[in-house]
Amino acid sequence: MDKKSITQHVSQQYNEELETILTKVMNMGGLVERQLSDALVALVEGDTQRGESVVTSDYLVNAAEVEVDEECTHVIARRQPAAIDLRLVLAVIKTITDLERIGDEAERIGRMALHLLDQDRQYGPMDEIQALGEHIKGMLHGALDAFARMDAEQAVRVAQEDIKADAQYDAIFRQLVSYMQEHPQAVPSVLDILWSARSLERIGDRSRNICEYIVYFVRGKDVRHTSFERMAQEATGDRR
Amino acid sequence: MYSDNVAERTATTGRPADMTPPNEHEPPRQEDAGTPEAAEKEVKVRADSVRLWYGETQALHSVSLDVYAREVTALIGPSGCGKTSFLRCINRMNDLIPSVRIEGSITLDGEDIYDPSVDVVQLRSHVGMVFQKPNPFPKSIYENIAYAPRLHGIVNSRTELDELVENSLRRAGLWKEVSDRLHTPGTELSGGQQQRLCIARAIAVNPEVILMDEPASALDPLATVTIEELIDELKDRYTIVIVTHNLQQAARVAGYTAFFHMGEIVEFSDTDTLFTNPREQKTEDYITGRFG
Repeated sequence: MDKKSITQHVSQQYNEELETILTKVMNMGGLVERQLSDALVALVEGDTQRGESVVTSDYLVNAAEVEVDEECTHVIARRQPAAIDLRLVLAVIKTITDLERIGDEAERIGRMALHLLDQDRQYGPMDEIQALGEHIKGMLHGALDAFARMDAEQAVRVAQEDIKADAQYDAIFRQLVSYMQEHPQAVPSVLDILWSARSLERIGDRSRNICEYIVYFVRGKDVRHTSFERMAQEATGDRR
Repeated sequence: MYSDNVAERTATTGRPADMTPPNEHEPPRQEDAGTPEAAEKEVKVRADSVRLWYGETQALHSVSLDVYAREVTALIGPSGCGKTSFLRCINRMNDLIPSVRIEGSITLDGEDIYDPSVDVVQLRSHVGMVFQKPNPFPKSIYENIAYAPRLHGIVNSRTELDELVENSLRRAGLWKEVSDRLHTPGTELSGGQQQRLCIARAIAVNPEVILMDEPASALDPLATVTIEELIDELKDRYTIVIVTHNLQQAARVAGYTAFFHMGEIVEFSDTDTLFTNPREQKTEDYITGRFG
């Protein structure tokens, strides 16, 4: 499917309304990507400025969610979208909810980073966190890209990356737990790091959710709570 | 039944073997089985390769459709796509147009309605029709309902007729509004009431199938809702086929929807699937407003 198919309605106004929604989702996605990226720098490099910026910018993400939600409500009320248009609007409504939560997780990481700086942290497997963070950033970017291109197959590839993200998180978790056992005095600061890693892992899950909405939107198949095999099957299956 | 001697009729049809009307108990053909449940549905009306010409112009190209018993089936499509022509085939209304030629077969409960021995008047009492514009007879409300049952000899006494009129008006959801003025002219009712009167008139002869040709397109939104509610209630007893230009109406009232385009059925499936995830690009383009 290509993007043109969204804008081929007889009603020019309808085309514009849907295009506006898509543009706003992409803008919101860009905003959330930047939040995540800043949060990661704040955490790994101890950058206070970035950390504060993440915390103070979350309201922008929230405002974007409300705005897109409102546009979707208008389209439903005025156009009674059907078929692909209906699926687009539903997928957008779900996607922005996940994007907003990703924004919240990024804000949480930002707060943890600031907290860690206050505590003068002693330990952290920052290389591993950095690697997990980069992987998660790639997933979020890939999901948004697949949405923009309306590419269900790419969405499946991105969703499958979640397996690797989970494995990376598990390794960090084990490492931190054994460190805490050996250094009980470090528990408070290590917990901050653990929670940050947990937030990154959750962002991976939410990016995967977005990929599932893309498959629904493009193929009309609900692949939530199914296996990757099933998801891949539905995404590549010839619909027409 | 609409023919007095079924056995004899089938024996004398003399049509080629492949044109024999399928048995009503036979499961629907694979291509029409939109959902797994559809495979178990009782087929009330079956159209098989129906082709129709107005003079030299072909309006229907091999239309095949199974209409399930006690379900609402909507026919949608752009103007001139053949949906009304097809609807009118189901009770042979097209017979009234001299230049019309029809091929293929349409069966009601497995019996060919185009068989020469079929009494068209009888057929139409089994397959009623409601039109776009309410068209009550220029008679009283009572007489509008009583006319056909009297003609068909359905009732034997005045009391029976009174009961039938009341029941028909009740089923059409009109009784409460008109019970105190049954002898005023039907044409004095509002548009929505007139349309319900026409529906009451159609069900008075106890049909099995009711055909509706845009029954709510001349009505305001509230009267439309009333008609749609009525359709929903009627489907427990009757098989309903409705032509509508209002896609949301099809989505609301119909269990199954067929999309017509250029005299063909592009897609037939359960309404939910057709409106959320249609199989054909053409269907999608039409229901999402991508071509005019």
